Amino acid sequence: MTAGTNEPERYYNYAYLDEQTKRMIRRAILKALAIPGYQAPFGSREMPVPYGWGTGGIQLTAAIIGPDDVYKCIDQGADDTTNAVSIRKFFAQVADVATTEDTAAATIIQTRHRIPEQGLKEGQVLVFQVPQPEPLRGLEARETETRAMHAYEEYGLQYVSLYESVATYGRIASTVGYPTMIDERYLMSPSPIPKFDNPKLDDNPAILLFGAGREKRIYAVPPYTRVRSLDFDDYPFETQTWEEDCALCGATESYLDEVVLDDSGERMFVCSDSSFCGDRRAAGHAGSMAGHQLASLDKEPA
Amino acid sequence: MSIAFDLARVSAGFADPTCESQQVFRKLMDAMARPGTLHDLSVAPDAPMGLDRAAGAVALTLFDFETTVWLDPALRTEAVEGWLRFHCGAPFVADPQQAAFAVVTDLAAAPALSAFNAGDAKYPDRSTTLVIQLPSLETGPPATLTGPGIKSKATLSLDGLRPDFWAEVQDNHARFQFGVDLIFVAGDRLTALPRSTRVVPEGD
Amino acid sequence: MAYVAVKGGERAITNAHRWLAEDRRGDPAVPEIEVDQIREQLSLSIDRVMSEGSCYDRDLAALAVKQARGDLPEAIFLTRAYRTTLPRFGASLPLETGQMAVRRRVSAAFKDIPGGQVLGPTFDYTHRLLDFTLAANGETPVEGALEAEEPQAYPMATIASVFAHEDLLEPDHRTEDAPPPFDLTREPMAFPAGRDQRLQALARGDEGFLLSLAYSSQRGWGSTHPLCAEIRLGEVAVEFVPDELGFAIEIGELSLTECQMISTGAGGVDAAPQFTRGYGLTFGHCERKAMSMAIVDRALRDAAAGEASAPVQDEEFVLYHSDNVEASGFVQHLKLPHYVDFQADLQLIRRLRHEYAERQAAMKEAAE
Repeated sequence: MTAGTNEPERYYNYAYLDEQTKRMIRRAILKALAIPGYQAPFGSREMPVPYGWGTGGIQLTAAIIGPDDVYKCIDQGADDTTNAVSIRKFFAQVADVATTEDTAAATIIQTRHRIPEQGLKEGQVLVFQVPQPEPLRGLEARETETRAMHAYEEYGLQYVSLYESVATYGRIASTVGYPTMIDERYLMSPSPIPKFDNPKLDDNPAILLFGAGREKRIYAVPPYTRVRSLDFDDYPFETQTWEEDCALCGATESYLDEVVLDDSGERMFVCSDSSFCGDRRAAGHAGSMAGHQLASLDKEPA
Repeated sequence: MSIAFDLARVSAGFADPTCESQQVFRKLMDAMARPGTLHDLSVAPDAPMGLDRAAGAVALTLFDFETTVWLDPALRTEAVEGWLRFHCGAPFVADPQQAAFAVVTDLAAAPALSAFNAGDAKYPDRSTTLVIQLPSLETGPPATLTGPGIKSKATLSLDGLRPDFWAEVQDNHARFQFGVDLIFVAGDRLTALPRSTRVVPEGD
Repeated sequence: MAYVAVKGGERAITNAHRWLAEDRRGDPAVPEIEVDQIREQLSLSIDRVMSEGSCYDRDLAALAVKQARGDLPEAIFLTRAYRTTLPRFGASLPLETGQMAVRRRVSAAFKDIPGGQVLGPTFDYTHRLLDFTLAANGETPVEGALEAEEPQAYPMATIASVFAHEDLLEPDHRTEDAPPPFDLTREPMAFPAGRDQRLQALARGDEGFLLSLAYSSQRGWGSTHPLCAEIRLGEVAVEFVPDELGFAIEIGELSLTECQMISTGAGGVDAAPQFTRGYGLTFGHCERKAMSMAIVDRALRDAAAGEASAPVQDEEFVLYHSDNVEASGFVQHLKLPHYVDFQADLQLIRRLRHEYAERQAAMKEAAE
């Protein structure tokens, strides 16, 4: 037990939330795990960061975290994006936890828009920040309607939409937040991760928790659960691929970000997962622009 | 809350509620996420007579004034009710349909699983979670588990189940998304079976 | 380099906070504004922050306004994020606005009503000419209001009492054994929404949003033909029954603005034609908000009756979008990096363009 827990002078409760709020969220987590992919409503609270900036993920983390945890927080796959830095600092302050950028060393990983490249393992919890939990919301604005669709497993609208996409673009044009079917029962939004990450949801050894603070929903995928990305026999699900490799570490199978280098269209592609890229470079892998100044920015300036 | 009780006779709850309830919850979460896995709750304080330590720990971690609790008749004692009322403030209900949580220590005499609240088609989470206390979680006849949270399959050997209990659990699973969720406790140990788990007793 | 700005890290955040503090302070040659000056002299800002921040504390609201550099939605957010951490001891008895110590009360429905028309402290009949004497340094002379010739009636009759013996106005349905009201701060919005949930959401809702919705209704987008039956402003006692006492004690008082809008109701097979009500209530003096709320409340009853056709009558539309803390956060979250999503979009567009170019080339070839 880390010293400092529950110090009387602590202005806010341990992990910020009061115990009653934690219990309410914990109960919702248990029901979400028992009904994989179902969006359980919860009494989301105002957080000290704005709605839309990770309040759902923060509430989930606050409800489960303890002083023995090791916490990692990423945004766009990177540990050093401003909002990830801000949230990581928050939990280091209010929950006395050790923080890390190392995916393997973390017990709780909070993320926005990515799943780490490195495979997760049993005992880890991946907490997703979710802006819009309802996969059908883009097709039907009314919560009363979409809730009924989930209740009666009426997902025809989703398939029609994918079919229309094929008719218009010659392919399923959804690129992020690609709809998934959980254990062949609930249609679920994987949050705005690129479809590149969808296969990582399937049969994952970690607990996947999804929190939407503004929309006040929690949902979950237990470990080793079947997660199927919707598709058609003649238009099978496919992920993004790049012709380029990571310019820093030479990775050929990671999700790449495009970095604009100058006004004349010069650009480089680098791993979105900064920890993965750093580990590869430390292990001696090098890309075509290894040593570029971007590589030194992965870690916090001293 | 007008029912008076003697504070001096209420035994202790968590020494550090923030820390201990977090530890217990992580085990509960792990149990619900990975059905059939066994977890140790020896961090918890002694519960009043009739409740095992693990059962008390679950109550202290999850119950409060927002959760209705159904107690089986064996637990409707001053010691247990007073303890739960003091530490959790949970309102008790007599109708299993109204219960967010039910605590069962005498499974043979308890109502059928189907008597508890199975949730609503649109809100299947509004269902009862049962905390069922058994003599042991490891020495009974084995049953095979499959489903979300389980890598290929798992085995669970609960002891002290009533006849045809697994048939009730199978019926409970068959009506998914409806259903109750089950937490089993014995002594310091805990395991869970959410409604999503398929159970086949060995020999069936 | 743009990339560096995104990958700013902790040092950049710390520096941004310092710069913000510097800007908040403004020119150090000008004395720093005190929280009590804000509380006393920007009192209508305080009232709005307390109302939409769901927390009645004038000092806290003044601090929030100061910290937010006068940005009221930001101050409302600060207040909300603070109030949500406060322990809850219980619920007061329902406030009796009929027992209000009235400072202002007007009715547009009657020329005169019992208790009279009391203008109180209102901008209504001021000429909107900038008063440059306020800009002058030093004290601005304030002439106190004149004493009324006759003492004001207490309690002042409500508009409901005026109608009481004619059954023209629908009664308030509040029964002794009613279940505790819905509480949005504890549970999420659920639909169809009860009136308790709707009123709570509207009371916390953004003044500007409700004002525009109310205006749209007046212009015919879901018109309820509202008439302002009564607005009252004043102080109401808060009573609480502690468990250990078993009887009510007064624990303080609140300044409130209450508005009752009435509309004609055609009645039905089982109901005689009657005036129906829309209700607005705010902390402090937020008259524009209270009136807007009352109009929107009344318009949303049409949703329950299945007559919704305009935005103001659509409860999912209104209630899901009225909270400015939610709305502001989500609109502004677009400032966060989205480059992973954008990379996915870029890829798709490039591929579609490539295919388009190929098709064009093939068609050109075929034509030649």
